[in-house]
Amino acid sequence: MSRQTFSRRALITATGAAAASSLLPCRAFPASKGKIRIGLLLPYSGTYAALGNNITDAMKLAARERDNKLAGREIEWVAVDDESDPAKAPANVNKLAVGEKVDILTGPVHSGVAMAMMQIVRQEKTLTIVTNAGAQAVTGQLCAPNVFRTSFSNWQTSYPCADVVLKDGRKTCALMFWNYSFGQESMAAFKEGFVKGGGTIVKEIPVPFPTTEFQANLSEIAALKPEAVFVFFAGAGAAKFVRDYADAGLREKIPLYGSGFLTEGVLAAQGPAAEGIKTTLHYADSLATNANRDFRVAFKKATTRDADVYAVAGYDTIRALASALEKVKGDTGARKELIAALESVQLESPRGPFRFSKAHNPVQNVYVRQVKGGREIVLGVARKDAEDPAFGCTMAT
Amino acid sequence: MSLSLFALQLLNGVEYGLLLFLVASGLTLIFGVLGVLNFAHGSFYMLGAYLAYWIGERTGSLAVAIAVGIPLFFAAGWVVERLAVSRLYGRDHLSQLLLTYGLVLLFNELQRALFGNEVHGVATPRLLAFRLPLGELQSWPAYRAFTCLSCLAIAAALRQMLLRTRFGMRVRAGAVNPEMVEALGVDVRRLLSVLFSAGTALAALAGILAAPLTTVYPGMGEGVLIVSFVVVVIGGIGSVKGAFFGALLVGLSDTLGKVLIPGIASAMVYAVMAAVLLWRPRGLFGQPAEAR
Repeated sequence: MSRQTFSRRALITATGAAAASSLLPCRAFPASKGKIRIGLLLPYSGTYAALGNNITDAMKLAARERDNKLAGREIEWVAVDDESDPAKAPANVNKLAVGEKVDILTGPVHSGVAMAMMQIVRQEKTLTIVTNAGAQAVTGQLCAPNVFRTSFSNWQTSYPCADVVLKDGRKTCALMFWNYSFGQESMAAFKEGFVKGGGTIVKEIPVPFPTTEFQANLSEIAALKPEAVFVFFAGAGAAKFVRDYADAGLREKIPLYGSGFLTEGVLAAQGPAAEGIKTTLHYADSLATNANRDFRVAFKKATTRDADVYAVAGYDTIRALASALEKVKGDTGARKELIAALESVQLESPRGPFRFSKAHNPVQNVYVRQVKGGREIVLGVARKDAEDPAFGCTMAT
Repeated sequence: MSLSLFALQLLNGVEYGLLLFLVASGLTLIFGVLGVLNFAHGSFYMLGAYLAYWIGERTGSLAVAIAVGIPLFFAAGWVVERLAVSRLYGRDHLSQLLLTYGLVLLFNELQRALFGNEVHGVATPRLLAFRLPLGELQSWPAYRAFTCLSCLAIAAALRQMLLRTRFGMRVRAGAVNPEMVEALGVDVRRLLSVLFSAGTALAALAGILAAPLTTVYPGMGEGVLIVSFVVVVIGGIGSVKGAFFGALLVGLSDTLGKVLIPGIASAMVYAVMAAVLLWRPRGLFGQPAEAR
């Protein structure tokens, strides 16, 4: 079996070499007519395993809708469990980008892993699509022609919320957040928007990550009496914070706002304590578009699980790739053309209209959502075609 | 900060400290008497919380969870002690770490298989789902007051048991000189089994009581375990009294650290531990090694 594979590979190489040496332009003969290799650097164990699995399954769903082919080439998946561990990230990225020589690298969930990934793919020039990590630098200071993102930047999840708070007539706000990059970037973006709109931040309360003992800080907020509270917590921390906030009697007194991650995936655990919370995000499960309905039905059918914001990014990753690869007839060797094709991709995503900005971050609607009756209801669009300011990115200027 | 707010923060600190005491008391007893570094202690806390969730979903009652959980985890502790931990007595801490860390992994997988990896909320018992007003702005959830009182009651009961009963006397003697206790005709093996099981049940009870406060999630035991080790070290290994005051000290310094100097709040607890150890290298109520 292995010998057969070898000889076939040798044949392909020979064909490629012959094509290259002929007078015909390379384009007419794609660099490789073999399988297209897609690397997945995602967490399949640990806290973020569910996110990694949803992204992967949505990518495979999008592939199946195309008979597992992109521009006629069959897909070969090469998956590595990144364990959401930034310390192991360089080795894992190298394994895929250098060892396996994948045509396209996708992932990760964790921003720390993404930062390590950026260092390597900027050097190796691997075509990379970031499927979740929202770190500003990916499409900011570290932006690169070969790196795209199909999820969001932290700025996009928080800046639009400032307008929502101000429109609700609330001019003073206390901030509380997990003190690591995601929380800090989220707060900085909200603060920028809130102060610009004439609001005042009365207090910033950083909480060490991943502490979930909030009582002391809640007493402080109650004493400060701000008109609104904006927070960044996610997962178990978000579940606990929202319950503590209600338990302290603050829910009825001071409305709580946050980026959508405050309620994503933990609404059931929060129960009635989450009632009334307004959040902003580029997606909502209940988004009433045909694209979203179809996607959610297909995902449920394929996995028996409910789709979420993470799955949407995975789904769009393959759809964007498919559309761009069609344009270059599946030739992953034609880098410039492929990048240009990706840059011009426009999708009707489950989240709404989707295209890439000059910095290669999605330009997308950010929605205002509110928890009502234990469900996330879409109140409207907080910011249409929200585009990350891409601070420090030379491609954006 | 106003005086009333400061008083409230003290209350928050005491409440956090009392919950820590429940976990740390079992840990310090097991460490002090059995000489075993029990990393799996936090797992029982986590499993207790998951049990509270599981029973809460089915019966809606935390009281049932407590009534079922204490004997269940006492029995589980007994099995774990007989099958695994009893083989570690007298071994070095490295073997203990290996085995009890292995147990942590095992219990984490067990939790994954039994309950899944989701974050769950546990409803506050209906009877206690109200708030005690403190001044015009602040209020304190009644359930927090209830956990405080429960922890105080358990601390008092532990103290009575250790100081006033025959069993407590043997435990104290066993902590100082197990060979002598055995020579006097006490079945030390059984004593150790009971002690380990009781410690396990205490950790699980802490998990059950904490479930409505903390929400239930994978890995919740590890965070508590680390802070509990700090409590044990501050209080002095093997001293329940030490665990009590150590827990209050940790609770208060953590809470006040967060309010007064949020920038270094996460280091606050460890700074206090370092300070205590400089002042009393064996912890607040630790026995000097020669006395053992």
